[in-house]
Amino acid sequence: MAFNYDQYIRGGKLPHIWCPGCTYGIVFKSLLRAVDTMKIARDDVALVSGIGCASRLPGYVDFNTLHTTHGRALAFATGIKMAKPDKRVIVVSGDGDATAIGGNHFIHACRRNIDITLLVFNNYIYGMTGGQYSPTTPSGKIAATMPYGNIDPSFNIPELAKGAGASFVARGTAYHAAGLDKLIIEAMQHKGLSVVEIMNACPTTYGRRNKFKSPTDMLLWMKDTFIPVVAFDKLGPEKTAGKLPMGVLYKKEGLPEYCETYYGMVERLKKQKEGRA
Amino acid sequence: MGKIKLLQGNEACAEGAVYAGCTFFAGYPITPSTEVAEFMSKRLPQINGAFMQMEDEIGAMAAVIGASLAGSKALTATSGPGFSLKQENMGFAMLTEVPCVILNVMRGGPSTGVPTGPGQSDIMQCKWGTHGDHPVICLTPAYVQEIFTETVRAFNLSEKYRTPVILAFDEIVGHMRERIEIPDPGVLPVISRTKPTCPPSEYLPYDDTKGDVPPMANFFEGYRYHVTGLNHGPDGFPVNASPRIHTDEQRLMRKVEANRADIIKFEETLMDDAEVAIFAYGVSGRSAKTAVEAARKEGIKAGLFRPLTMWPFPDEQVSKIASRVKAIVVPELSLGQIILEVERCAKGRCKVEGIFRVDGDPINPAQILAKVKEVK
Repeated sequence: MAFNYDQYIRGGKLPHIWCPGCTYGIVFKSLLRAVDTMKIARDDVALVSGIGCASRLPGYVDFNTLHTTHGRALAFATGIKMAKPDKRVIVVSGDGDATAIGGNHFIHACRRNIDITLLVFNNYIYGMTGGQYSPTTPSGKIAATMPYGNIDPSFNIPELAKGAGASFVARGTAYHAAGLDKLIIEAMQHKGLSVVEIMNACPTTYGRRNKFKSPTDMLLWMKDTFIPVVAFDKLGPEKTAGKLPMGVLYKKEGLPEYCETYYGMVERLKKQKEGRA
Repeated sequence: MGKIKLLQGNEACAEGAVYAGCTFFAGYPITPSTEVAEFMSKRLPQINGAFMQMEDEIGAMAAVIGASLAGSKALTATSGPGFSLKQENMGFAMLTEVPCVILNVMRGGPSTGVPTGPGQSDIMQCKWGTHGDHPVICLTPAYVQEIFTETVRAFNLSEKYRTPVILAFDEIVGHMRERIEIPDPGVLPVISRTKPTCPPSEYLPYDDTKGDVPPMANFFEGYRYHVTGLNHGPDGFPVNASPRIHTDEQRLMRKVEANRADIIKFEETLMDDAEVAIFAYGVSGRSAKTAVEAARKEGIKAGLFRPLTMWPFPDEQVSKIASRVKAIVVPELSLGQIILEVERCAKGRCKVEGIFRVDGDPINPAQILAKVKEVK
């Protein structure tokens, strides 16, 4: 039986704002399938975003949804999670939102290892504002504000997350949608801050400027470029030049989760007080 | 009889917040407000509340809004530079109508300015700090006991009107220690947000048809709705169409403007027969009270109007004063900010003279007395 997306989509809120050829719809559906597999009650989910094309996603979904300010979604989400630690908090963000203006919140959420699932939609560009280069735009690529080719070195989001202390780091793509479901599920099952970087295509503001003749070409590029991490590691550096690993790139179980640690301290204080009384 | 304590103004703010039901604090270290965070880091874990020192001021404001949406009464505390950083998210809370309280312990500015000295030069920022038209409630206590009660009132107004409330006092008042009485629970009223009673399917978080303050559902309580910083329709979803944006922004302003009588609070000292009025708040209000007493001893009919609510500005009260006194003296720790509001309300009916000081010291009573004598 075909998956019933309607059970999660708010009536009357579609069509979405994304351009033809944009891959966000693919990821959107993957997220819904993942949540469904997890059997989480819709009332118990907060879906939080910042600003950008990806950040419009929460509005379409029948959860508790919060569309905040540019870069700050993780900080809002942190407040929600600390106030209601037994609830599920998911953040969707873009490459600019998460790693430029929101870079500080990104690294500190990773450091705290707070139990939030962060999905970073990486399309190498600021799409909503018309295609300015972002911290992940590859070297030499053309952007509205890099007309002669990008000279800015770029972030590797999974490495950044791992370095900052995230206990689960994965990478998927819009092309490998079935695998993406599994990555999002595993990220949600993980206790702690989990980061899933999801390669996406922006044909309108990135593809057109960078010799992708059609949205399909961008998906084919993902197909050719991203290799399952196990295979990637086996192939070695020479054969993987220009390729990127995908899958679960880093996972560490058993690290203290922030809310558990905090409320553990609260319990300890309570017991000490009772002991004295 | 409540508990008698010797507390610093900043600590009294934290105690007042707890009394009002605050269970969430997020902040970032900054002089001269840090004691609030230190106090909360000790107090909140004792009452099953959450304390967070965030990575920056912006994140602290964001976390406070998130926690409030999840049902907590939430506080953040900061000072000049941090207050500047919080402005965008404060505007978000104003537009999305999320209750929370923001304390600004005012120091000298602009920029890093005088971190350890008092200032009153953020008072216009309290009103206009974030971009766009927006409703503002700002309370300006001057005594430690008053900080406690005004903090409780700040939370109450915030919950009642679904809007952020700013508490603004200067470094001297924040760091001053005075004897205060913490009332027993139930003595001061504590107000919490009105929740919806309709079925979730009928809930409109920004419905403007049944009054200006729509009931607020907390996240995770069965009312799944959308919150966005974009202008939105009654259901919370973005609109970019006339006339909804205009009428909804008018409603936001009306929440405050139409409830001035409930929100505006002030103290008058010997104003009945005053010929010279002093308009002063915070530490300048304290000096002004001493100056009024000194003036009266010399037979000069001076009086003090001390606002506890600065925004919305007490237009009507200042206007009435202007129609019956010779002059209004406005001492403030800025180069002339709140005097502009006094002049606006006086409309030229009396002299309005300022005493401005921004060197890190307070305006003393003698300075004010001298000005009173000059204008009488």
